[in-house]
Amino acid sequence: MKIDHAKPLEYSTEENRLKILGFWVFLGAEIVLFSTLFAVYFTLVNRTGNGPAGSHIFELTPVMVETIVLLSSSFTIGLGIHAMRIGAKKAMMTFFGITLVLGAVFLGVEITEFVTYVHEGATIQTSAFLSSLFTLLGTHGAHVTFGLLWGSAILFQVKKRGLTPETANKSFIFSLYWHFLDVVWIFIFSFVYLKGMM
Amino acid sequence: MKWDEFFVTGEPMIYAAMVSIVLVSVAIVAGLTYFKKWGYLWRNWLTTVDHKKIGVMYIIAALLMLFRGGVDALLMRAQTAVPENGLLDGQHYNEIFTTHGIIMILFMAMPFIIGLMNVVIPLQIGARDVAFPRLNAVSFWLFFFGAMLLNLSFVIGGSPDAGWSAYFPLASTEFSPTVGNNYYSLSLQIAGIGTLMTGINFLVTILKMRAPGMTLMKMPMFTWSILITSVIIIFAFPVLTVALALMMLDRQFGTQFFAMQNGGMDMLWANLFWVWGHPEVYIVILPAFGIYSEIIATFARKNLYGYKSMVISMVAISMLSFLVWVHHFYTMGHGVMVNSVFSITTMAIAIPTGVKIFNWLFTLRKGKITFSTPMLYALAFIPIFTIGGVTGVMLAMASADYQYHNTMFLVAHFHYVLIPGTVFAVIAGYHYWFPKVFGFRLNEKLGKWAFWFIAISFNVTFFPLFILGLNGMTRRMYTYSESTGFGPLNMLSMVGAVGLTIGFLLLVYNIYWSTRYAKRDTTGDPWDGRSLEWSTPSPVPEYNFAKTPVVTKLDAFWFSKKENTPLTDDGDYEPIHMPNNNGQPFIMGVAFFFFGFFMVFSWWIPAIIAGLVVLGTMAYRTFEQDHGHHISVEEIERTEKALRGEQS
Repeated sequence: MKIDHAKPLEYSTEENRLKILGFWVFLGAEIVLFSTLFAVYFTLVNRTGNGPAGSHIFELTPVMVETIVLLSSSFTIGLGIHAMRIGAKKAMMTFFGITLVLGAVFLGVEITEFVTYVHEGATIQTSAFLSSLFTLLGTHGAHVTFGLLWGSAILFQVKKRGLTPETANKSFIFSLYWHFLDVVWIFIFSFVYLKGMM
Repeated sequence: MKWDEFFVTGEPMIYAAMVSIVLVSVAIVAGLTYFKKWGYLWRNWLTTVDHKKIGVMYIIAALLMLFRGGVDALLMRAQTAVPENGLLDGQHYNEIFTTHGIIMILFMAMPFIIGLMNVVIPLQIGARDVAFPRLNAVSFWLFFFGAMLLNLSFVIGGSPDAGWSAYFPLASTEFSPTVGNNYYSLSLQIAGIGTLMTGINFLVTILKMRAPGMTLMKMPMFTWSILITSVIIIFAFPVLTVALALMMLDRQFGTQFFAMQNGGMDMLWANLFWVWGHPEVYIVILPAFGIYSEIIATFARKNLYGYKSMVISMVAISMLSFLVWVHHFYTMGHGVMVNSVFSITTMAIAIPTGVKIFNWLFTLRKGKITFSTPMLYALAFIPIFTIGGVTGVMLAMASADYQYHNTMFLVAHFHYVLIPGTVFAVIAGYHYWFPKVFGFRLNEKLGKWAFWFIAISFNVTFFPLFILGLNGMTRRMYTYSESTGFGPLNMLSMVGAVGLTIGFLLLVYNIYWSTRYAKRDTTGDPWDGRSLEWSTPSPVPEYNFAKTPVVTKLDAFWFSKKENTPLTDDGDYEPIHMPNNNGQPFIMGVAFFFFGFFMVFSWWIPAIIAGLVVLGTMAYRTFEQDHGHHISVEEIERTEKALRGEQS
C-alpha cells in the first residue's frame, strides 16, 4: 500500500481517500433521509387529533441542555481531530472520550424528556403529530446511540493500534458523522422546538 | 399464533409450492454434498468480493425472480382469460398482482441492471474492482436475503395484497390484516439498504477510479448512465427507507401517520411512495438507455451520434424524474393548479427522451449494421418503446387521465415502456457481455428464435390491453362478466403470455446448449467492440487489467485497434493489490434475514437477538485487520499467457 506522507494520515492512502469521499456521499443520502422526516413532520405538525400540541409539551430547559451538550461535543471532536493531525494520540483519545461522554449525556436527557412526554399522555400512538415528532427525534437519537457504539470501537482501536492510516481514517470519518448529527440537531432545535414553542 | 395461521393453508397451488420448495432445497443440499461442492461454493461465491462474480450472482438471482414473477403473470392472464373464471379467488389474485409488481421491479429489473453494472463498469473504466469491494458483497447479500424474505411470504404468513404501491388505508392492519404487508415493509427495507450502498459504491468508483486520461466526456455511454443512475439512487432511496419505516410503525407499533383518525393522512403515503417510485422508474430505464447506446454503436460500426446531447438529456431526465411524482395519482383530489404543473413537467420528459431516440436513429443511419441477437433487441426497442412513450404523454395530460386512470390502458402503457425498455435491454446486455464473463458466445440461432418469440408475443400480450382499457376494463379486477365483452381480447392476451413463456424458456435452454456446445472465444473481443472491457481476455482474470490502460479519446479500444497503437505503456508488470474474500457480508445477510422474519411476526425477543447479531457482524468488520493480498508478477505473466495464448 502506497502511503503519501505529504497528506494528513487520514488521507494518506488511495483507499483512505475513497472511503472519505464515499462517506461524504453517504452523508448526502442521510441528508435526504432527515429531509424526508422533516417534511413528514411539517406536514403533520398541526394534525394533533385529540393529543397535545407542541407548545403544550415542549420545555426549554432540557432542550437547551441537550443543545449545549451536543454542540460542545462537536467542538471537542474537532479538537480531537486537530490533536490527531499533530500526532498527539493521548490528547486525541481524551477529546474523543469527552465527546462520547457528552453524547451519552445528550442521550440521557433526551430519554428523560421522552419519558416525561409519555407521562403527560403524549405517546407515539396518540396523534399523527406526535408520531412524526417521536420518529424524527428517535431517528436522530438512534444515530447518536449508534455513534456511541461506533466511536467506542474506534477509540479502543486507537488505544490498541496507535495512530495508523486506518485508525486515523476511521476516526476522521467518525468525526464527519458526529458533526452531521450536530447539524441535524440544529435544525431540530430551531424548527421543531423553538418554532413549536412560539 | 396457531400453525394454520403461520403457514398459508387451504390452497392446492400453495401446497404444491411448499412441496416444490422443500424438494428443490433438498435437491440443492444433496447435490452440493454428493459432488463435494460446499467448499467450492463458499470459497468462490458466497465469500467473494470480485465484482464480476457478484455481478453473475445478481443476474442469476434476477433470472430466478424473472421466473417467479413470470409465473405470477401467467396466473393473472390465465385467471382473466375467460369471463367468470374460478382459477383464483379475489384474495389470491390480489396477492399475485402485488408480488408480481414488487418482484419484477425490485427483485428482477433492478438486480439484473445492478448485475450488469457490476460486471461491466470496472472493466469499462479500466479499474481492477469497485471502490468498496466488501461493501459490494454486503449490497448483494442484503438484496438477496430481502428477496428471499419476500418470497417466503408466499407459504408462510401470506403475501402482501395491497398492490405493489401499497396505498393506505388499504395497506393498514384494518384492511390488510395478514402479515403480508409487514413482509413488504421489511423485505424492501433490507434490500433497499443494499441498493443505496450500491449507488454510493458506483458513484465513487466512476468518479475516482477511471483509467488515466479518461475524462468524464470520454466515458462510454453505459458508464455515464450508471453514474447518473447512482445519483438518482442516492437521492431517491432514503425516501423509500423513511416511507417503509413509517409503514412498519403504523402497522406494528400503532402510530398514526397514514391513519384515518387522530390527524393521520393517507395521502402522505402516496406522496412519499411516488417521490421514490418515479425516480425508481428512471433507475431502471437510464441504464437500459446506456446498454442500447453501447450495442447500437457497436453493431452499426459507428461512434454514437450526439454523445454530448445524450449526456445532457440523461441529466435532464434525472432531474425531471424528481418533479413528476404526482402524475401517479391525478385523480386523488389535488387542485387544478397542482395537476397542471405536474402535467407539464411530465410531458417535458418526452423532450430529452425524444432526443435520445433520434440520436440512436442517426447512429444507425449509414451504419454497417450486423443483425446479432443483442442488436435485434435494440432495434425492436426503438419503435415499441416509442408506442409506450406516446401513450405515456397521453396519460400525462391530467384531464384526459381521468378517462384512463387505473384502467388496463395504464397497464399496457407501463408494460410497453418497461419491457422493451428495461427487459429487452437487460436481455440484450446479457447476450452482449456474456462472452466477456464466460468466454463463449450464446448460440445466435437460438437467441434469435427467442427474440422473435419474445418480441412478437410481447405485442400480442399487451396491445389488446390498450383497447380493453379504453373499453373500460379497470386494472386489478380478478374477474368480469361475459356481457362486458372483455373476453376475446383477454384470451388473445393469454395466448401472447404463453408465447412469452416459450421465448423465455428458449433463452434458458440457450444457456444450457451454449455451455455444452458453443465454440470458445479466444480473442476476448467477439463483437469487434469499442470500449475497454473488450481489450481484456475472456473470461476476465481476477485482476481485470494486467496493466492499467491509458485512454486518450472516446472509444479508446476501437481506435487502438484501427490505428494499431497500444493501450498500455511498455513497462513491466507490477504486483497487483487485491482485496481478500470474506464471509462477513454473507453472515450479515443471513442475520438480516432472520431479523426481518422475526420482525414480520412481531416476535420481539428473537428479533432483538438477530439485530444484535447484525451489530456483531459490523463490530467484527471494524475490528478486523485485512490488508488484502498481492498477485505476483510471475502469476500475472502465467495467467496472461494462458488466456491470451500466443498473442502476448
